[in-house]
Amino acid sequence: MQEKLLEIANEAERAIERADTVEAVEELRIRYLGKKGVLTQLLRGMGALPAAERPLVGKLANEVKVRLESLLADRASTLKKHAKARKLAAERIDVTLPGLRPFLGSLHPLTVVRTEIEEIFLGLGFQIVEGPEVELDYYNFEALNFPKDHPARDMQDTFFVSDEVLLRTHTSPVQVRTFEKTAPAVPVKIIAPGKVYREDDDATHSPMFHQVEGFAVDTHITLADLKGVLNSFVREMYGEKTRMRFRPSFFPFTEPSAEVDISCVICGGRGCRVCAHTGWLEILGAGMIHPRVLEVSGYDSEKVSGFAFGMGIERIAMLKYGVDNIRLFFDNDIRFLAQF
Amino acid sequence: MRVSLNWLKEFVDIQIPAHELADRLTLAGIAVDRVDEPGKDVSGVITGRVSAVLPHPNADRLVITRVDTGKEELQIVTGATNFNAGDVVPVAPVGATLAGGVVIRRAKLRGVESEGMLCAADELGMGDDHEGIVILPPDTPVGIDARPVLGLDDQVLELDLTPNRGDCLSVRGVAREVAALLKLPLKTPELVFPELAEGAADLIRVTIEDPTLCGRYVARLLVDVKVGPSPFWLQRRLLVAGMRPINCIVDVTNYVMLEWGQPQHAFDYDAVRDGHIIVRNARPGEKLVTLDGQERALAPDMLLIADPERAIGIAGVMGGLNSEVTAGTSRVLLESAYFNPVSIRRTARSLGLYSEASARFEKGVDPEECLRAADRAVELMCRIGAGRVAAGVVDVYPKPYTAKTIVLRPERVEKILGVPVPTGEMVDILERLGFAPRGAAGSFVVSVPSHRFDVFREIDLIEEVARLYGYDQVPHTLPFGVTTAGVRTPAQKLEASIKRTLTACGLTEVVTYTFMNPKVFDRLGFPEDAAVRRTVTLKNPLSEDQAVMRTLLYPCLLDVLERNYQRRNTDVALFEIGRVYLPRQDELLPEERGTLAMALMGRTPSGWCHKDQPLDFFYLKGVLETLARSIGLGPLTFVPEINEPAFHPGRTARVLAAGTDLGVLGEIHPEVLESYHLPERVVVAEIDLERVAALEKQEIRFSPLPRFPAVERDLAFVISKDYPAGEVADVIRQAAGGLLRELRLFDVYEGRQIPDGYRSLAFSLRFQADDRTLTDEEVNGYLEAVVRRLEQAFSAVLRV
Repeated sequence: MQEKLLEIANEAERAIERADTVEAVEELRIRYLGKKGVLTQLLRGMGALPAAERPLVGKLANEVKVRLESLLADRASTLKKHAKARKLAAERIDVTLPGLRPFLGSLHPLTVVRTEIEEIFLGLGFQIVEGPEVELDYYNFEALNFPKDHPARDMQDTFFVSDEVLLRTHTSPVQVRTFEKTAPAVPVKIIAPGKVYREDDDATHSPMFHQVEGFAVDTHITLADLKGVLNSFVREMYGEKTRMRFRPSFFPFTEPSAEVDISCVICGGRGCRVCAHTGWLEILGAGMIHPRVLEVSGYDSEKVSGFAFGMGIERIAMLKYGVDNIRLFFDNDIRFLAQF
Repeated sequence: MRVSLNWLKEFVDIQIPAHELADRLTLAGIAVDRVDEPGKDVSGVITGRVSAVLPHPNADRLVITRVDTGKEELQIVTGATNFNAGDVVPVAPVGATLAGGVVIRRAKLRGVESEGMLCAADELGMGDDHEGIVILPPDTPVGIDARPVLGLDDQVLELDLTPNRGDCLSVRGVAREVAALLKLPLKTPELVFPELAEGAADLIRVTIEDPTLCGRYVARLLVDVKVGPSPFWLQRRLLVAGMRPINCIVDVTNYVMLEWGQPQHAFDYDAVRDGHIIVRNARPGEKLVTLDGQERALAPDMLLIADPERAIGIAGVMGGLNSEVTAGTSRVLLESAYFNPVSIRRTARSLGLYSEASARFEKGVDPEECLRAADRAVELMCRIGAGRVAAGVVDVYPKPYTAKTIVLRPERVEKILGVPVPTGEMVDILERLGFAPRGAAGSFVVSVPSHRFDVFREIDLIEEVARLYGYDQVPHTLPFGVTTAGVRTPAQKLEASIKRTLTACGLTEVVTYTFMNPKVFDRLGFPEDAAVRRTVTLKNPLSEDQAVMRTLLYPCLLDVLERNYQRRNTDVALFEIGRVYLPRQDELLPEERGTLAMALMGRTPSGWCHKDQPLDFFYLKGVLETLARSIGLGPLTFVPEINEPAFHPGRTARVLAAGTDLGVLGEIHPEVLESYHLPERVVVAEIDLERVAALEKQEIRFSPLPRFPAVERDLAFVISKDYPAGEVADVIRQAAGGLLRELRLFDVYEGRQIPDGYRSLAFSLRFQADDRTLTDEEVNGYLEAVVRRLEQAFSAVLRV
């Protein structure tokens, strides 16, 4: 019986080795170890053995069974691994084939820049307000200290709708409209982004463009505060190393007034074509709000003071992205827009 | 304005280089755009005397000259005719370089050898005059470097003056600033000239009718006048400043204007009736031919210079041809006056006639300097031999200037600037600028010099202190006190979230001009009386394409599609958020309404393994529905719309939310597409954002995830095409009861097995209860109800 057992074991071992599918392994398991399997059948005849042999044969039979079970399991596992590997190999794709690109929507570069500017000033405690684009002469000029028949009006070529109505030439009318609501309360800290219009059309001027106005009124606002706030803005917008300078200038609605330059973002101030070899780029106009502007809106200019500044969004976007023609922003070629 | 550095040096002893001076001026508010060196490129040009002028054998318009350059005689061919043998001229021999880097080479002109060139002003970098060869003074040595003779060693500051600083529109004015900046004395040359016994007062009378329009009128008389070209040095200065020399009298008036900022006019005295100058307003219907030969119709608000009979000039703007100084003039009446800036500005504007004089008068000139400027002019005329000066002057000055005084408080200076400026320094700055501060440390009374007509109140003085003290001396601080929160308005938040959703849906944002061409309404097929044709119209548009403000947004997107399509960008999905401008009855300003427009054409991207989809009505409808959900609007409803002129009548819907009409969604009408040269299908939506903003938004509330399984069933009906699917869906919702959680139309079929005029609509219905698992029986009951109701309402037949 022992010989018979070993013979079966050898035969089974060879069969297992030859099995080449998981199913074949399962078949072998049933053939040898199943309820009607060869080994099971053999062991049924154990009762006929002499009592002294039984433990020995029993032990051997058990060893054979354990061994075959283990061999079956290993073989099955190996075959499963192979099968998976084959499946994976068969499923291989050419990863260099192109992907499907979904429609990628994008924001207009002017929105990107405008939002960036807004976020900086929101962080500095400014509120955002908007005003009308078709505006009264009063708000656009008169109340901002541009009297009728004053040469200062030549600074801004104006589109007129009628003698009293025009397209605003700057976002500054929002100052007066705001003050009419807030006076005499302080503090006021506002930025006013929006469209403005000037009768001008070339590579750097567009009849419609965008500005962000900013202004603050309180009991103790100074030119130093204006410099501090704009310096924070410039550093956040253009980087820590950017230098800023104030040049005296003239706007009827601010005094003292300044043009604000930053060190050239292209050459770092060494001088290049973009900055006309000056090392400086003019990016905004600013100043202390003229007392008359505060007074016409109901503030006591002895008690409160304020600053104001205005910047062109296109100018900033052109510098930021290296766009050399302002018309590209309004041409809206999707190949241009897709770059932002 | 262009200012010669050499000229400036006649008034201030400038020792620093031009570029440093430019920086100093710029940082004091007198912006210098650049320092021009007109003669920079010019080299090798020498002086030479024309020894002979011979005709050219082959050309009528050329002459052959022989030019003595000291060492040799050159043969030079030229086309100029303004010179004679004996004249000393600038000569560019072979190898010399002219302005713009032009190098002179040996040449043959019509067969005649030319060994160089005689130079006109523009070729030497002196202005743009090309009318003739520059003639140098006869005593100029021959054969020397022409650069210093021509003043080409000069540098020119190009100033970009702000309109408040009319006082700097002259060499003298800039010199005053320079002196104040560099702490140098301002030199005032003494004016010495012989006067004849003959008195101006006997020959000239001046009457000012309205002293508010003409504050001062100074007249001087020049006799024995010889009108000819002015000397070279004088011409040179005019050329460098960008003016063209005319004759010695006119040139001197221009010279003095450039030097002193005082425009002047020279009349032929013998053309002035009775020698009587009357400054008066024009009479109705009055006309005058001005120096430029144009007849001007004058209006009664225009100020004229007249004699007892007729107008002889438009005050401060341009003289009349009838009293022009000509070659035959023997006596000159010189005007040096102060006119009201507003009056001059209005006159110049309404005539469209802008001159160097009007540009200065409208910004203001110094009335106190009229007399000195007149003296300077006659001194110069006398010096260059243009005439002799009659004794005395007629000076009508009804209300002489009295200095304004302004109180300046040092603590106020600190309060505005945020930095204490030492009182001594404040006083020093003001005095250097010509102000006269008096008083104690606490507050000064400052008297304003007559040339600072831009200074009215304390803040103006503070600015003067600040700009000379230096803006760079002001520190950086941040405002202190009550803090404010940076917040966006609800409208801005709505706009931002719309932009977020639409870009996530693959749409590209555009920004278009808010102007439009009114003809677009014709192109879009709007009837003559359509409300959208009522526009805000510009009086002075740049072109017809920008003549009115838009009342609709989507036409701007059609333009963008058209442009892109022409450039073969065929698959495009766009949106814009912008305003439309709607005129209002009885209001000056229009309503500016926030609007969203979207436009699609072409197909979605496709790949080698994925199919593309058309960007059609249902694509954009889906985007709109996604948008509505993302901003918390309730479900949108879509009602067929057949009355939008620019839209396809069978493929257009009004978009509603909670009963509010939000706008329109649809395909553009084929005829409109044709006129825009666009492909067959373009789908557009225009949504009124003000209405969207006004609708109550659904707040996001968490609802617990379902604990019991849902039951899903599909039903398909054959139904007449007359019934819109939306209506069918509404009836299903009503009939199915409260446990219907989702209804989805998943198939629409026409064709085989479906009778003509009918279609099959297949719906998927999902039922779910919060408290139990639904039984088949219960769900079947709901479905039977649906089937019954659809039979009743639409004669629908269930497909099995």
